[in-house]
Amino acid sequence: MNGLLTHLIVAPIVLPLGAAALVMMIEERPLRIAVSFATVTALLLVSATLLLSVAAPDASAAAVYRIGDWPAPFGIVLVLDRLSAMMVALASTLGLATLVFSLARWDRAGPRFHALFLLLLAGLNGAFLTGDLFNLFVFFEVLLAASYGLVLHGSGAARVKAGLHYIAVNLGASSLFLLGVSAIYGVAGTLNMADLAGRLPELSGAQRTLFEIGCAVLGVAFLIKAGIWPLGFWLPPTYSASSAPAAAMFAIMTKVGVYAVLRVTFLFFGPETGDAAGFASPLLLFGGALTIAMSAAGMLAARTFSRIAGFSILISSGAVLAVVGAGGGRALSGALYYMISSTFAVAAFFLLVELLNRARGTTAPASPPPVFEDEYRDPYEDGSPSDEVGVVIPAAIALISGGFILCALLLAGLPPLSGFVGKFAMMAGLSEQATAADWVLIALLTLSSFTAVVALLRIGIESIWASKESVTPRVRGVEFVAIAGLLAACVIMTVNGAAVFRFTDDTVAWLSRPQDYIGAVLGGDVPPAPANETSR
Amino acid sequence: MEIVLALAIGVLIASGVWLLFRPRTFQVVIGLSLISYGVNLFIFSVGGIRIGAPPVLDPAVGGAGAYTDPLPQALVLTAIVINFAMTALFLVVLLASRGLTGTDHVDGQEPEQ
Repeated sequence: MNGLLTHLIVAPIVLPLGAAALVMMIEERPLRIAVSFATVTALLLVSATLLLSVAAPDASAAAVYRIGDWPAPFGIVLVLDRLSAMMVALASTLGLATLVFSLARWDRAGPRFHALFLLLLAGLNGAFLTGDLFNLFVFFEVLLAASYGLVLHGSGAARVKAGLHYIAVNLGASSLFLLGVSAIYGVAGTLNMADLAGRLPELSGAQRTLFEIGCAVLGVAFLIKAGIWPLGFWLPPTYSASSAPAAAMFAIMTKVGVYAVLRVTFLFFGPETGDAAGFASPLLLFGGALTIAMSAAGMLAARTFSRIAGFSILISSGAVLAVVGAGGGRALSGALYYMISSTFAVAAFFLLVELLNRARGTTAPASPPPVFEDEYRDPYEDGSPSDEVGVVIPAAIALISGGFILCALLLAGLPPLSGFVGKFAMMAGLSEQATAADWVLIALLTLSSFTAVVALLRIGIESIWASKESVTPRVRGVEFVAIAGLLAACVIMTVNGAAVFRFTDDTVAWLSRPQDYIGAVLGGDVPPAPANETSR
Repeated sequence: MEIVLALAIGVLIASGVWLLFRPRTFQVVIGLSLISYGVNLFIFSVGGIRIGAPPVLDPAVGGAGAYTDPLPQALVLTAIVINFAMTALFLVVLLASRGLTGTDHVDGQEPEQ
């Protein structure tokens, strides 16, 4: 990567940010759609380019973009390595599918859907790319602020109530985030992640303890986002109350927490860091295992599609966190594969839930009274021209049921799709380490597959086979295209499994060499500590 | 000085947490605001407490030890702006919730009259 290509690293943040501002000023809906569709498509292409640039065998493993060309520990840097490129590509793919789905009706339910959606993407990409802890906080807030708007999208008492809880929980988490970040700054005198990792060996005694306290507080903030038990209680109600495209997009928001935990764990507490190694591992292992167990139980208790989808998000982030705690290695490579696959699968399921509920005739919410004088409308009775109402697809029920079966296979981790491949790779990696905890984790993963099969089978029979009041839903072509695209991504991941695994293996190998990350960001030489640090 | 600041942060956050667990939405908003004040003071204090020391380079001032750390001041400014915006947004959601459900309970119902 050289010349103009270097500036491509900042594009996943700047592009949606600029487009969000532009879309705010546009009144006409077709033009708005054109702008945001073009932006998200461009984003997908940019992220694919970035992914290829780090995945090539002869490429340098990390590209660093200095904002304003300030040298690394003083200015803010964006770091593109395998993990961040993978997450940006995941977010962009999901974004395109969700946007296509929302064009059918949801983008008309509220005035600022496109702007919020693009801001959410900007925040997600920024959080994945940044190499600075405080900047990570800022991008977390950007994506959270956009997500608050998207939770409320479509209005209605249930959404506002769920949104109120969601905002309160996340404001509390943000305060913890700030406390953790500032405690770390107070001890180490830097917020650049690479610089922090490089200075870590210099800390000892009380400073070391303070640093670990800061990291623990920070970790709690990340784990609230990732939805670990018992901090993930807010997730299923919020996600099941929000509109389908918003919920599908939120499937990746828990992964931001997982990403931050992965990044910080491997940089600060990786295997090479001496006595600090494995600082949070037992907690992540037990927390992740408990998350899997509790979410499996919650799935059995759930009686609606969207709550089942919410609990499967929790299971997938619990599985990745537990594997991180169990020590990484080949199991982590499988966990990364599983994370990509389950994000697509859960998003597809959230979108499908909308169509399933429409087929059950349960989504006719009474039009909520407007709270503010605004242009909020019920998406089901929009006053759009009737020529936009697409064809009623005769085989809609068959297609929906087929999609449901594929989603069920993916969520439960049954062969032949990528859910099975990911879970199997995790189990194979864990059985190589073969401690007691690993076997427990394997048992829990199997158990979660079993409960997912039971829960999905039960609700599938209830509402698709044995449903009495089934109505032929009006489904638009774009909605099928979006769901089919996400499911096709899972099929492609299954067919090209070897290539994906080569990439995730390289990612894990890269993550376990934090020295290379530090070298790439700081340009090889760690600067001397500022003179006033000793005077404190 | 340190003990006063530490007590102030502690009292603000403790009252904020207590209010956060109250049943009505307005108390939650005030609780979150108090917590954010406490957090802001905490960020401000991590640079070390100094009185009258300049944060910006000045030829008249001597070595690096004579300056106060400028970074926490920049961080706290960002945090204040974000917290302010989030509190405003939360107030709007609070009003929407009050308007739609007819009650200002966070999670409960009005007691039977």
